[in-house]
Order: sequence, then structure tokens, then C-alpha cells
Amino acid sequence: MKKLINDPKAVVNESVEGFGIAHADLVTVHPEPLFITRKDAPVRGKVGLVSGGGSGHEPLHAGFVGRGMLDAAVPGAVFTSPTPDQIIPATTAVDGGAGVLHIVKNYTGDVLNFETAAEMAEAEGVTVRSVLVNDDVAVEDSLYTAGRRGVGGTVLVERIAGAAAERGDDLDGVTAVAQRVVDNVRSMGVALAACTVPHAGVPSFDLSDEEIEIGIGIHGEPGRHKIAMENADGITQRLLDPIVADLKLASGDRTIVMVNGMGGTPASELYIVFRKVAQLLEGLGVSIDRSLVGNYITALEMQGASLTVLRADDEMLELWDSPVLTAALRWGA
Amino acid sequence: MTQPLDSRWAVLWVHEAARVVAENRTRLIELDRAIGDADHGENMDRGFSAAVAKLDAGEAPGTPAAVLKQVAMTLMSTVGGAAGPLYGTAFLRAATFLGDAEEIDAAAAAGMIRAARDGIVARGKAEVGDKTMVDAWTPATDAAETAAQAGASASDVLAAAAAAAHAGAVATEPLIARKGRASYLGERSAGHRDPGAESTALILQVAAETAGGPVG
Repeated sequence: MKKLINDPKAVVNESVEGFGIAHADLVTVHPEPLFITRKDAPVRGKVGLVSGGGSGHEPLHAGFVGRGMLDAAVPGAVFTSPTPDQIIPATTAVDGGAGVLHIVKNYTGDVLNFETAAEMAEAEGVTVRSVLVNDDVAVEDSLYTAGRRGVGGTVLVERIAGAAAERGDDLDGVTAVAQRVVDNVRSMGVALAACTVPHAGVPSFDLSDEEIEIGIGIHGEPGRHKIAMENADGITQRLLDPIVADLKLASGDRTIVMVNGMGGTPASELYIVFRKVAQLLEGLGVSIDRSLVGNYITALEMQGASLTVLRADDEMLELWDSPVLTAALRWGA
Repeated sequence: MTQPLDSRWAVLWVHEAARVVAENRTRLIELDRAIGDADHGENMDRGFSAAVAKLDAGEAPGTPAAVLKQVAMTLMSTVGGAAGPLYGTAFLRAATFLGDAEEIDAAAAAGMIRAARDGIVARGKAEVGDKTMVDAWTPATDAAETAAQAGASASDVLAAAAAAAHAGAVATEPLIARKGRASYLGERSAGHRDPGAESTALILQVAAETAGGPVG
């Protein structure tokens, strides 16, 4: 393992410390317990948005703290959910009197820790709602699994719900928009090679040079199966097909599409994937109205990509276009 | 020599739990790497080290329940993942069950394990056969209650629980996971021992060893 680190145990704290210095105009880093808030938090009368999860998915979530997106991000250890003692002060710190929405990815650890924290923050007098992001079509949503994982769709939920909160929507309104995005967003990922978690020191899973893993989550954990390596167009088709089927996308639908790198794949390859997505959707009569191509929700240095498609309505597109000013996403501001 | 299950025992148990978790850190990571995300050993080691540091730093709490409650809060705030809230809840429920008791008798030992198990089930909503730590906690609870009803000593109750937890952990190997991150693997999760069931077995084993009873 060769990594640009000092001490495996200090990776998250040192990284967040650097992030805070680099973006001191946007965020405040609270070191003990660790969480990040936007500089002007709490914004009086505005619904506060809090998200969080394991570290190693940068820029998610800290990179999306700022105007028009998150009020607070709570980083856990690498690939491990944050704990209630971090989530509770993050929640109270961004409550501007209008309540707080927790945006939670559907992983057992995230769900349990946010649930516990929400109960305790409520006990401290903050009204807390939560939405569960579960966009990963690789996981069969059945009684026999923990349910669909929350993956790339999280970025779109955070942007659109963040815009609704910035606009001044109340807690019910922001929650409803967030839920509508959750209901209309689907994702699918692929890994070409594993990543190495700093404290483990060995790759998180084994994948030979001839194999790829289809339907991975953001930790490289599998969802569907290993297949033989294919070219980009073939892989893209495998990512898009289950999304189209699950969303029942039809001619005339409008979408926001994100092609996301897992940390170890160059932008050039992501654009090759996006090119094919555009061709395939055009063939179905589905328009891509907005797009993101780049690293937004990564898995350390894992090679691979994920595709996220949101069936968008007028309001979602309008919210999408409103100003956003964060370390990793900014326009119009 | 069996040791009375008082607050000194509870502190000793936590120390030994931290030692055995640290000793098995790599093995738990390997088990989790096979079917999860390779952090269970790391998280448990971090949590129990913190629990010991907290106990060593302050005045030892006066009752077993006070020790377990402090451990619960530390685990909940340092372990993260699913294991943090689950083990945190387990220790908290065990502490609540014990109340003000200065010493744990056989019935209380069994009751404490049942309370912990019920807390884990309530939080994680897993059942026996889902390939989780419940597959170790439930047989441990049954064995503890059977032993207590048969008139075993408190340390023998813990020994019975530990043996059953170990068997339960081994028995997770062929199962297909239905909860937690391993559930995403479907059939590919078969053939691997559940790391949460394994850490449960380790922790109950040292509970029995520190109580001085025979461990089968």
C-alpha cells in the first residue's frame, strides 16, 4: 500500500482539517466531535440540511456544504458511518428554528446512527425529519436484503433539497421535494479494480485483470455479479438498462444525468461513458436536460464509475439551476 | 476460583474484551472483508480501547450497571457503523436490566444477556438465521437461561452463554445473509462466518473467563 498519508488513524481528521483551511470562506470545521457546517450556520428561519456517512467518498459530503446545498456534513471513519455524538451537535448547530432534515443513505450503520441521533436531537427540542436515499438498482429491493443502497442519487437529493431549503420552503416542503427526488432517481455502478482502505492496508476485494464487478456500491461491495471485462459502450449499456427498466423511462421524459467517477478513473473515460448514455437515451426519446460528469461520490481510489439518472420535473430543474456555492459544486452564485 | 460478578468483575471483563478484540482485530477485518466492508475489527478495537481508556481515566463506577452504561456510551460514540449502535444498545440494555445490583447472580446474568439480545433485535430488526450477531446472541441467551434454571452458578451461566455463542457464530458460516452489508452478496455470502457473531462470541467468552467459570 502506497498512500499519501501520515498515520492511518489520522487520515480523516487531517483531511478534514486541510479541507477546512482550504475552504475557510465557506465552512467551519468543528473538531471534537468532528463535523462541518456552512460558515453562516445556523441560517435563521431556514430548514437545516444535514447529511453524513463514512469518509472516503470525497467530495461527498463535506464538499457539498454551503449555500444552496448542505448546512452540515458529518464524516465517519473511512467507510464507516458517523456516530450519534457527532450527528446530534451537527443537527443542533444548523437548526435555524425551522427544523432539520437528515439525508441518510440506506446502509445499516448510517440508518441506525442517524435514527439514534434524530431521537436524541428531538429530545433537545429540534424538529428532525429524515429521508432515506435508496437509489441503487443493483440491489433487489426485497425482504431478503437490507434494501437498496443509497449511492450517487444522494448528490442530486442534496442539491435539489438544498435549493428548496435556500428558497425558504418549510420542513414539510423540503422533505417532500427530497422524497420526490428519492422516488425518481436510480443508479448503478461498476468496479474495474478495488480500493485500499488505509487502516486495512489491503484491497477491499479481489478482482482479476480480466474481470469487472457490475452493480457495486460505493465501498466496492457487490450487488449483482462479476463478468468478463468489456469495452466502455458495453459496460455503459449494462449500467443504463436496469435504470431505464426500473424508472420505466419513456419517450418524452426529461432527466438529470450524473456519470460519477469512483476515484481512480480519469475524466476522459467518464466522458466516453456519458457519450454512450446520451446516445442510448436519445434513442429512447429521453432528453438529458442537465448533467454532471466527474468525481462526486467516490470510493477512495477505486477504478470504476456509476451512472445516476433522475427523472426530473419543472420544479426539480428550476431548483437545480438556482445558485449553489460549495467546495465541489458551484454555479450561479 | 470463581469471582463474584461485581463492578470489579465488570471492569475486568471490559479490559479483557478490549484485549481479545485487539488480538483478533485482523481476523475480524478479514471476516468482514469477505462479506462486508473490512472495518469490523478496526471499529471494535477503536471502541473497546476507548472504553478501557475511559474506565482507567476516572474513578471506577460503583456497580456493574454503571460500568456497562459507561461502556455503552463510549461504544456508541466511537465504534460507528452498525456495530456501534448495536453493541451500544446491548450494553445499555444490560445495564438497565441490572439496575442498582452490587453483584450479579445466576438469574441476573441470564437476564442481562437476554436484555442485551433483545436490545440488539429491537435496534437492528434482524432475526435468527439472517447471518448477523443475533445468531450468536440468541443461542447464548437460551443457553444462559437454561443453565440458570438448572441451578448453575453465575459464572457457569456465562460459560454456557459463551459456548452457545461460539457455536452460533460457527453456524453462521453456511447462511445467506439477509441483513447488513453482507446481504448485498446474496448467495455469495455463504461460506463465511459473520464477523458480528464472531465478535459476540469473543466478548462473551472473556465474560465467562473473567468470571472464572469453565469455558467449553
